[in-house]
Amino acid sequence: MSEQPTKFLFKSENIKAVEGILSKYPESWKASAVMPLLDLAQRQSDGWLPRVAMDCVADMLSMPRIRVYEVATFYTMYNLSPIGKYHVQVCTNLPCWLRGSDAIVVSCKKKLGIGFGETSEDGLFTLTEVECLGACVNAPMMQINDDFYEDLDSNSTETILSIMAAGGKAKTGSQIGRFTCEPIEGLTVLTHQIKARDIKLGDA
Amino acid sequence: MLADKDRIFSNIYGLEDPFLAGAKKRGDWDDTKEIIELGRDEIVNRVKASGLRGRGGAGFSTGMKWSFMPKETNGRQHYLVINADEGEPGTCKDREIMRHEPHKLIEGALIASFAIGANVAYCYVRGEFHREIEALQHAVDEAYAAGLIGDNACKSGYKFDFYIHKGMGAYICGEETALIESLEGKKGQPRLKPPFPANVGLYGAPTTVNNVESIAVAPEILRRGPEWFAGFGRPNNTGTKLFLISGHVNQPCAVEEEMSIPLKELIEKHAGGVRGGWDNLKGIIPGGASVPVLPKHICEDVLMDFDSLHEVKSGLGTAAIMVMDQSTDIVRAITRLSAFYKHESCGQCTPCREGTGWMWRMMEKMASGTAEPNEIDLLEEVTRQIEGHTICALGDAAAWPIQGLIRHFRPELEQRIAEVKSGNSQAV
Repeated sequence: MSEQPTKFLFKSENIKAVEGILSKYPESWKASAVMPLLDLAQRQSDGWLPRVAMDCVADMLSMPRIRVYEVATFYTMYNLSPIGKYHVQVCTNLPCWLRGSDAIVVSCKKKLGIGFGETSEDGLFTLTEVECLGACVNAPMMQINDDFYEDLDSNSTETILSIMAAGGKAKTGSQIGRFTCEPIEGLTVLTHQIKARDIKLGDA
Repeated sequence: MLADKDRIFSNIYGLEDPFLAGAKKRGDWDDTKEIIELGRDEIVNRVKASGLRGRGGAGFSTGMKWSFMPKETNGRQHYLVINADEGEPGTCKDREIMRHEPHKLIEGALIASFAIGANVAYCYVRGEFHREIEALQHAVDEAYAAGLIGDNACKSGYKFDFYIHKGMGAYICGEETALIESLEGKKGQPRLKPPFPANVGLYGAPTTVNNVESIAVAPEILRRGPEWFAGFGRPNNTGTKLFLISGHVNQPCAVEEEMSIPLKELIEKHAGGVRGGWDNLKGIIPGGASVPVLPKHICEDVLMDFDSLHEVKSGLGTAAIMVMDQSTDIVRAITRLSAFYKHESCGQCTPCREGTGWMWRMMEKMASGTAEPNEIDLLEEVTRQIEGHTICALGDAAAWPIQGLIRHFRPELEQRIAEVKSGNSQAV
């Protein structure tokens, strides 16, 4: 076990979010809030879930602690030990593998100097192999924190990681100039929207 | 080919504004109140008449499912639960609906909820779709602010709330009863059926669980009429459908097409054809990871619908088409799927918990050619022991890809084993 903090409380700026989460579920079924509350606690704790945070959530929801530990250990997105600032998750499932995810894995390992399940010495990057992330027509792809990086090759992968290592923000989504999931060489349907490609979507 | 005017998802690529102003321009939220005024029975009957079959994989009649809900609520809450836990390898359609057509989903949720007597819908979205959740939440906020949902949804007098629930990474939660367990704050382990969710679902209350796409197409079906929707595809396989084409094609993409479109036509028209030409095709998985692979000669003329793919011992599933050209090590490809099912088994039922690991280890031996020749039959036999012997369909889903491989590519398995035995192995 890694070093565990001894105290956890939701920060005041998260209290409103906690109330918003609780309001979604019937009063007598408060346990429904356990997953989103653990997610919020993890986000407050630098991307991992200390045991005291689970205990705090258990007490808030009047749940036995063991039930919360069960949830935290069942779902893969809860990190039970400290994690890098950037969590690089590379999909190697079939659609990504067919489009070259092996090379993406090699690039990540080379660039970051770590293997799967490891964190770089500077604490910046953790590398994880993941199952299908649901962006299969934009394969191969990886997720870093909350964003997807799609249509990757070795070069674009290394570029993205370099930008992040330098503290910058890399372009999310397709790396080969596709808008989203349309055919790269032009629309085969909804062709009246071709001109709309220049439309900038809202920031929302 | 389907005409653009008949495409339901007219902003599937997100080229236009996905939010309320853009959605209204595309016709979303037109006459929603009038649709609600048709009444519960009429809505259910029309959706039945459209022939819409569930878009999450199993293909059960959506209207029929709605009709299973108790007619009278008697003061009890009913729930609509929308399954947006999209994770079947190859599948990426609900993601596009949530980020580019969120209002179709919210409007559909209102109509479906009304049709089943529910005042609350929970949309369970896989946690990795963080940006999609943000987009959908923004649309939900817009819908509340505009009075489209809330205490008096679309001025219909009906109260309707829409909540997003974020999953945290478990493929099994796409199974409807596991999803309900998860929504109740537990591990996502499937429940025994019966009782079915329509009787005892979320919080013990009558519940309908529908896929995102099934819900999102409902408003347009009701606006244009069931005959319009039923006019596409073959009988029992009606409507339009989002197809996802990935793997070894020149232009992987998502596209909405008519049901029953020939697989070859779909790939050549929209995905730029198979890499290296059609003759370079080795096999296709036509409906997501859990349906059996088809060899080229079947792909020549098979139609993309439930019945046609069932006849060739595969399935439409989620219409996620994974194309593999001649360069593919198909044994290795199916082994990767076996690893996936081993990873995702919830561990509740012994045949699945033990079987997925066993099958994966055996597939590793097949892929490296170090299996014994008689182990091909043994592996096939074990898949039959797992199939149908578990609470949910994950055991089946793990068995079917292997059965498809043995059915159509057995000579490759045998050849690889023979090569290793003779010392001429190229295999790794």
